[in-house]
Amino acid sequence: MYAFDYAKPASLDEAARLLADDPEAKALAGGQTYIPTLKQRLAQPTRLVDLAGIPDLATIKEEGDGLAVGAMTTHKAVAASPVVQRAFPELAYLASLIGDPAVRAMGTIGGSVANNDPAADYPVVVLTLDATVRTTKGEHRGSDFFPGMFETALEPDELIREFHIPVPEAAAWEKFRNPASRYALVSVLLVRTKDGEIRCGVGGAGPTCFRATAIEDALRSSFAPEALDGVTIDAGDLNEDIHATAAYRAHLIPVLAKRCVRRMLRR
Amino acid sequence: MTDKGIGARTLRKEDRRFITGKGRYVDDIRMQGQAYAVFVRSPHAHARIGAIGKDAVLGMPGVLGVFTGADVQADGLGSNVCGWNVVSKDGSGMNMAPYPLLCTDKARYVGDRVAMVVAETLDQARDAADALEVDYEPLPAVVDVAKAQDGPVIHDGIAGNLIYDWELGDKAATEAAFQKAAHVTRIELVNNRLAPNALEPRAALGHFDPGTEQHTLYVTSQNPHVHRLVMSAFIGIAPEHKLRVVAPDVGGGFGSKIFIYGEECLVLWASRKLDGVPVKWTADRTEAFLSDAHGRDHVSKAELAIDADGDFLALRVNTKANLGAYMSTFSSCVPTYLYATLLAGQYKTPAIYADVQAYYTNTSPVDAYRGAGRPEASFLIETIVGQAARELGRDPAELRRQNFIPKDAFPYQTPVALTYDTGDYAATLDRALDLSDYKGFEARKRESASRGKLRGIGLSCYIEACGIAPSAVVGSLGAGVGLWESGKVRFSHTGKVQVLTGTHSHGQGHETSFSQLIASKLGVPFEDVEVIHGDTEKTPVGMGTYGSRSLAVGGEAIARSCDKIVAKGRKIAAHLLEAAEADIEFKDGQFTVKGTDRAKSIGEVAFAAYVPHNYPEGVEPGLEEGAFFDPPNFTYPAGTYVCELEVDPDTGTTEILRFVAVDDFGNVVNPMIVEGQVHGGLMQGIGQALLEGAVYDQSGQLVSATYMDYAMPRAWDVPFFEVETGQGTPAQANSLGVKGCGEAGAIGAPAAVINALTDAIGVRVEMPATPEKVWHAIQATRHAQAAE
Ligand SMILES: Cc1cc2nc3c(=O)[nH]c(=O)nc-3n(C[C@H](O)[C@H](O)[C@H](O)COP(=O)(O)OP(=O)(O)OC[C@H]3O[C@@H](n4cnc5c(N)ncnc54)[C@H](O)[C@@H]3O)c2cc1C
Repeated sequence: MYAFDYAKPASLDEAARLLADDPEAKALAGGQTYIPTLKQRLAQPTRLVDLAGIPDLATIKEEGDGLAVGAMTTHKAVAASPVVQRAFPELAYLASLIGDPAVRAMGTIGGSVANNDPAADYPVVVLTLDATVRTTKGEHRGSDFFPGMFETALEPDELIREFHIPVPEAAAWEKFRNPASRYALVSVLLVRTKDGEIRCGVGGAGPTCFRATAIEDALRSSFAPEALDGVTIDAGDLNEDIHATAAYRAHLIPVLAKRCVRRMLRR
Repeated sequence: MTDKGIGARTLRKEDRRFITGKGRYVDDIRMQGQAYAVFVRSPHAHARIGAIGKDAVLGMPGVLGVFTGADVQADGLGSNVCGWNVVSKDGSGMNMAPYPLLCTDKARYVGDRVAMVVAETLDQARDAADALEVDYEPLPAVVDVAKAQDGPVIHDGIAGNLIYDWELGDKAATEAAFQKAAHVTRIELVNNRLAPNALEPRAALGHFDPGTEQHTLYVTSQNPHVHRLVMSAFIGIAPEHKLRVVAPDVGGGFGSKIFIYGEECLVLWASRKLDGVPVKWTADRTEAFLSDAHGRDHVSKAELAIDADGDFLALRVNTKANLGAYMSTFSSCVPTYLYATLLAGQYKTPAIYADVQAYYTNTSPVDAYRGAGRPEASFLIETIVGQAARELGRDPAELRRQNFIPKDAFPYQTPVALTYDTGDYAATLDRALDLSDYKGFEARKRESASRGKLRGIGLSCYIEACGIAPSAVVGSLGAGVGLWESGKVRFSHTGKVQVLTGTHSHGQGHETSFSQLIASKLGVPFEDVEVIHGDTEKTPVGMGTYGSRSLAVGGEAIARSCDKIVAKGRKIAAHLLEAAEADIEFKDGQFTVKGTDRAKSIGEVAFAAYVPHNYPEGVEPGLEEGAFFDPPNFTYPAGTYVCELEVDPDTGTTEILRFVAVDDFGNVVNPMIVEGQVHGGLMQGIGQALLEGAVYDQSGQLVSATYMDYAMPRAWDVPFFEVETGQGTPAQANSLGVKGCGEAGAIGAPAAVINALTDAIGVRVEMPATPEKVWHAIQATRHAQAAE
């Protein structure tokens, strides 16, 4: 770790101002990604702007046909929230599978989405449900929030305030874990929206999360596991590392999607 | 009193401090004015080192010193050594290249130590280490042992990177037996490279006292006296009597803390160079991955000759062993005397021949890791026997039973040098088959199939050699040291007992087990015993802890010390009780005049020994006795493991459903501790089979250098283990009848898992059998079947 200054502002706007004043300053949420980065000396910020002192950023509310979730809400809080468990149980389940208890107690939805790790779980939700990302500078649509690996539509001094996540009619989440990190090697979020639209989001497999349109098309004509027989995903754009080839990742996507279908049909 | 003696499930007395965070590890020790060392490590697997920009860094804030290989050489320090000379087939000694504390001409693996920076604070030391400019001229590298022979020469003058070409067994008899074979099973396999992953990374704090010229090193060591010996006799840090090595609480070793590494030598040397400033170094996790000695990394071919009745006739094995860039402390004996000598397994195979070539590669040094050679041997035998059963259409349990060394054949001389003392292999097999409901497997397999899952069951009948070792035997095989152990038992005025041992506990629970031993042998309350280890200034010279030797060798030295205490106590008691020495009986802490109720407790006798007012003539005061024990033989733990698992053919995911382990450890001092040791070993064995792999890319970068990429087994990867250790045949090599239990799990588990997986999917997958590999294997068999 290199030495840095530390600020703990009392409002999000003040935090955004501190970031705007100093391009080398950086926001800190749960620190589960950023603190290890600092420890390995892979980043050298002048100042950390800790968001933990800002009130009302960790709230979960029902709002319209969705959930409003504050950026500083921890994975543990989402997993345990009665509101989430009732309105969107699969989201609580997704949060309960992130990392380990220590990570869930500290890590936040805002940090996860802002970081956009290709293997992270929340970006898949934001993309697939086209959630609204409310920030200090306005709003973004989840469907075009993730341009590439570790990239988002945020500007450097723009902070996420909260998410508005439309609650789907039905959903299933399948996460195939990387045996080492336990992040997703491949994850699939299958939903039927309130308008009856079928959407399939995929995480872990590519440089950033994406929609598997081939799967969506197949399921639109027949919502049954067999509809996915013969559906293949092009491995060309997928990630390859010591844990899995691109071909294996491509193979897993329809396998996990089928499981999602089965679980949605069973309910 | 004896409710906490031998055989009791006594809770571990050390756990209170460990669980409440009160353990005191090397990094917890803070000396006044201590400075911090950071090592500059090679980013290249193989590179010539040019200029090092020392001067630019020396002026940086807080920097006290920057040291390079040239400084080490200029000071006349020697090279690190490997202490076991393995002699090649042609009679030549092994090709041991210099293993410098800091690189001189070349760096030979990613993580090789190029320079050491010492500064007042850790951050200053890191800043300076980051700023140090080193000119590297990268060279081609080789990482795979199979390619080592044709790779670039790593050490000048060592052609083909060959360290030795060694053999064991009767080659002619083996060839002859193969001529008579009705069936030959052939196998080629890889034993995957592992990183040891002790919870506590390596650390060292060196302090030179300019007044007394005493050197003190606090270090994460499994064997402080071995550290002292090598550092003084070979490396020349300090004369042995001016060198104190302390290994306080140590958080796991698994072998990796046996070895003498450059870092710990250098911090002590630096303290002297800096006129007594204490210098500390603590590895971070990635440094541990890069620089701790790794384990395993073999490529083997084996053939098993079998006659028409299914009797094994002969086994022929060729192994190529990767020893990494330098020869670590005991590296040479691991793929030879700790490996090929175990190739008989539990079987009466009459002829065995093995030859082993060991090579240098541009990877971290490889040395003993939990099991050390024996897991590799056991995996090879139990895999080839499993394959033979499949090829012959025999029940793998019955083929094994048919070939077991029968229980009335002990002592049994194997064709590969060892004499097994006792054993009852059918007993552990039967018990394991019973516990695992082996007979009911087919029904369970059908049930799995109805859910689309592939179910498999696998056996592993392992054997190992523990309690290393008879000194004369290992000496004749090339060991540079003796492998006896020391113990001492010291009473105080008030009847409390200190036990001093040359072994070292880094998680094994010696403080508890040795206290139980004293409670049983001397009738002293468990709570009144203090076990002292890990300090060359406190304990007698000892050889340390590895190879599951602490109880079988070190415990026996303590037991013999107890016998001497009783012998002396009897004289004192006889005097106090005005009886003849021959009439004194000792039991449960009481010296009694035979046939009477007149008695003196051992506490009273101890008091008399220290306040010898009324005392037998000619007997020395004091009650303190020691013993050195050199075992007449190894001990031979053995057992049967049964693994049952289910594979999801859609993804290749393996789920272990049951794991039964029946071990013969001889007598057991604390069943709870022994079961814990087995649990830990099984985790590491299952980790090796399914998850773990230290992976280098072809350029020599370690691509599994963090937990994001090195897959450690977690609790949820396994079911509750069913472990039984009750079936003991007591060991003959020590009076306690104990064999050692620390490594068995890691030795026996991999083959049980892989045999079960092979049973499930029909083909064998190399370790670690990751979901992707398993899935590809299933696809390949299905394509092959479809083509037929
Ligand atoms: C062992 C381990 C396992 C994990 N497993 C998983 C897993 O299975 N699935 C998964 O999805 N994740 C996993 N994670 C990541 C975890 O979810 C992190 O919590 C998350 O990625 C980052 O959240 P954070 O609150 O810790 O953010 P921080 O680390 O504090 O920040 C991360 C980045 O986001 C920025 N940031 C933070 N908050 C905001 C904001 N409100 N607005 C704008 N920018 C912001 C920071 O500046 C920084 O660049 C794992 C992490 C660890 C250590």
